[in-house]
Amino acid sequence: MLGFLIRRIIQSVFVMLAVALIAFLMFRFMGDPVNSLVAENATTEERDAVRTRLGLDQPIWVQYGRFVGRAATGDFGLSWRNARPVSTLLSERFPATAELVLVAAGLSLLLGIPLGILTALRPHSFSAQSLQFLSLIGISLPTFVTGILLILIFSVWLGWLPSFGRGTVVDIGWWSTGFLSLSGLKALILPSFMLCLFQLTLIMRLVRAEMMEVLRTDYIKFAKARGLTNRSINFRHALKNTLIPVITIFGLQLGGLIAFAIVTETVFQWPGMGALFIQAVSFGDVPVMAAYLVLVSLIFVIINTTVDLLYAVLDPRLRVDSAQSAH
Amino acid sequence: MLRHLMMTATAATLVATGVSAETLRYATARDVYGLDPHASTDSFTNIFTHHIYEPLVRYDAEMKVEPALATSWEVIDPTRVRFKLREGVTFQGGETFGADDVQVSLMRAANLKSPLRGNLPGLKAVEIVDDLTVDLILEGPTPLLNNYLTNIFIMDKGWLEANNSVAPIDASQGEEGYTTNNANGTGPFALESRRPDALNVLVVNEGWWDTPQHNLTRIEHTPIGSDATRVAALLSGEIDLIEPAPLQDANRIDGAEGVHMLQNPGLRSIMMGINMGDSLIDGNVDGNPLKDLRVRQAMYHAINMDLIRDRIMRGKSRVTGSLIAPAVKGYSDAMDERLAYDPEKAKALLAEAGYPNGFAFNLNCPNDRYVNDEGICQAMAAMLAQAGFEPRLVTEPRQMHFQKVDNHQVDVFMLGWATLPMLDGFSVLSAMLATKEGNYGTFTPKGYSNPKVDELTKAVAIEIDEEKRQAMMQEALMLAKADIAWLPLHQQPLSWAARDTVDIPQAPDDLVRLWYAKVAQ
Repeated sequence: MLGFLIRRIIQSVFVMLAVALIAFLMFRFMGDPVNSLVAENATTEERDAVRTRLGLDQPIWVQYGRFVGRAATGDFGLSWRNARPVSTLLSERFPATAELVLVAAGLSLLLGIPLGILTALRPHSFSAQSLQFLSLIGISLPTFVTGILLILIFSVWLGWLPSFGRGTVVDIGWWSTGFLSLSGLKALILPSFMLCLFQLTLIMRLVRAEMMEVLRTDYIKFAKARGLTNRSINFRHALKNTLIPVITIFGLQLGGLIAFAIVTETVFQWPGMGALFIQAVSFGDVPVMAAYLVLVSLIFVIINTTVDLLYAVLDPRLRVDSAQSAH
Repeated sequence: MLRHLMMTATAATLVATGVSAETLRYATARDVYGLDPHASTDSFTNIFTHHIYEPLVRYDAEMKVEPALATSWEVIDPTRVRFKLREGVTFQGGETFGADDVQVSLMRAANLKSPLRGNLPGLKAVEIVDDLTVDLILEGPTPLLNNYLTNIFIMDKGWLEANNSVAPIDASQGEEGYTTNNANGTGPFALESRRPDALNVLVVNEGWWDTPQHNLTRIEHTPIGSDATRVAALLSGEIDLIEPAPLQDANRIDGAEGVHMLQNPGLRSIMMGINMGDSLIDGNVDGNPLKDLRVRQAMYHAINMDLIRDRIMRGKSRVTGSLIAPAVKGYSDAMDERLAYDPEKAKALLAEAGYPNGFAFNLNCPNDRYVNDEGICQAMAAMLAQAGFEPRLVTEPRQMHFQKVDNHQVDVFMLGWATLPMLDGFSVLSAMLATKEGNYGTFTPKGYSNPKVDELTKAVAIEIDEEKRQAMMQEALMLAKADIAWLPLHQQPLSWAARDTVDIPQAPDDLVRLWYAKVAQ
């Protein structure tokens, strides 16, 4: 186990180095932020001076080396856009994204699993059929369209929920939370629903398919023959076996939620890391973009490692040689 | 009179409802970069900090320079201008305003590391004459000094020293500046709190030296990046004023109850630059046909700006033949005339120049910088193709586009120019028409050089006599017009939207000055 973890940590360092390298190779195609940094009527000389100060006149590999060298000491530099430390910016934004992703992930499980069971147990009922149909819409509509529709219905027409922002947030140390105020909780509803919609439908369909599969197996038939109640068969025997693949997929999709949060945060002006990244892209703010991408790759590595470990915990067959087989 | 009536009406409403706190909730497309008034040249950031900090002189609602922290000024000799400062002004932190504050602030803005340096050219030193008098020492005659000064805000010397911020912020050094998140000015509003990209709260400065023309007690500013969300927030009543309001939503907003669009022609002129170098970047013929005036005329005749105005700009743009808007000094009505839309004539001119079958070139446009920029270029590409050209349309995000413009990697390219912050034709002459040399011609199209224009530009730079300056600027601009150094398109419209309870003048420079705003509850 320890060997596995150590290997994972070493691998994650390489993953982050690679991500940063690819990022820097791509920044070349992002254009030049200097125009955003100087006055409209700045002279060529002034433009070049800014370029030199920011190191933009250096070759890509020098810029990359400098970034890695400083990042190794925990220094991600200052944002070119607003001259604030990148690490401060990211830690300021992290709580917003974390809370949004947490709520969205929770919603997708709490709604997805029961709905999946419902559609599996009564596949021909009207409610199951319409849920199946709705889930198709949920999977195929682009998320920003869903977001705008939600805003139109619940903010503009009904006026129930805010169309943007986090509402009132409460600071607990460096962490700002929206969980402790009514407006903060209300502000969470639309964005988290938009963000979880894809996952929700995915989990619902997965649970349904797995459940129907399990219900056909011999041990369920045997359980029926033993005269167990439907409730006990469905939930104690069938559901347990359904959940293993669900948890795997859920874990892997958690990273996807963080990635998709970029769209949600942009639509709802949610002041999280994704919105920060989009701004950085439109400004050409290299320090922020690089740090964000490295951080997200780190989160992905952590999630995947946790899932691998959990997998071994959930499935006894994998426990014996988990250290060898996990990659 | 009208203003008086409105104030009475507002007062009556106040009495009727018993509400005394007038909060304006205001949304823009993005947040300010920071609160340091000398750390950015971004015009939105600067107008936002202008609510907290003030310059020596400022623009009034009609864009005329008027006294602010300076009460009067006098040119002692061409390189020395004396400013009398306002007495009895205090900063929001309680410090008294004086000559040393002006000295520290102006030198901070003019520092080599300050991005604002380009907005205050030629300042050598500031000499303190007495507590309320300063002399600005200049490198040469600077006719636009006051225009420059409208954009340079005054900070308190003691406060800067106490917070180790006398030197300007330098993003390439890894230290966060105190002034990025804290503010202490003399302006009509003071900073209450700031949560970047979420909420900036300003409250009225009760100790402001000027008589307020606004009735606000509190401003809540929220950036909302998504156009659709910003409009939704206005329609749902969560926001009172949005800037910008997307043109395509104008009808929807005007049709909704309790809100309205604010649309006026702006200062920003949109134009196409033309590569007149020896070769095309992406052509299919030898040499550069665009060097031929007849080819440029053909291009001009091929573009139907009225159609672009009606179809793409929803009738709101001001089609122009001029590189500067009417409100900018140096403008004349003669400049505004366009070559007529005439595709047949375009074809004939093209044939006459020796390209009856046209030729290929790049048409470069940004897709996120100007109002409907991409749509304009798509329409223009179709019109040019009809007249026999073979434009290759390249639309890109602004960072890409302007990098290519800077490096002259473009053939025909879009650029917008508002002459901010100086509001003067000299801005166009020096940056876009003068031959590229030293501080001149940063954006001048490759290969363009007209000695007469250069001569006039250099004369305008040091001419103090206002009438002579105007005449010279007009002459130079007319010469450039005849050369078709740039192909003018239109002045893009300003587009804001507000609740009907909000009364705010819309200045042509597209900057929101909330110290002129009134809110009726």
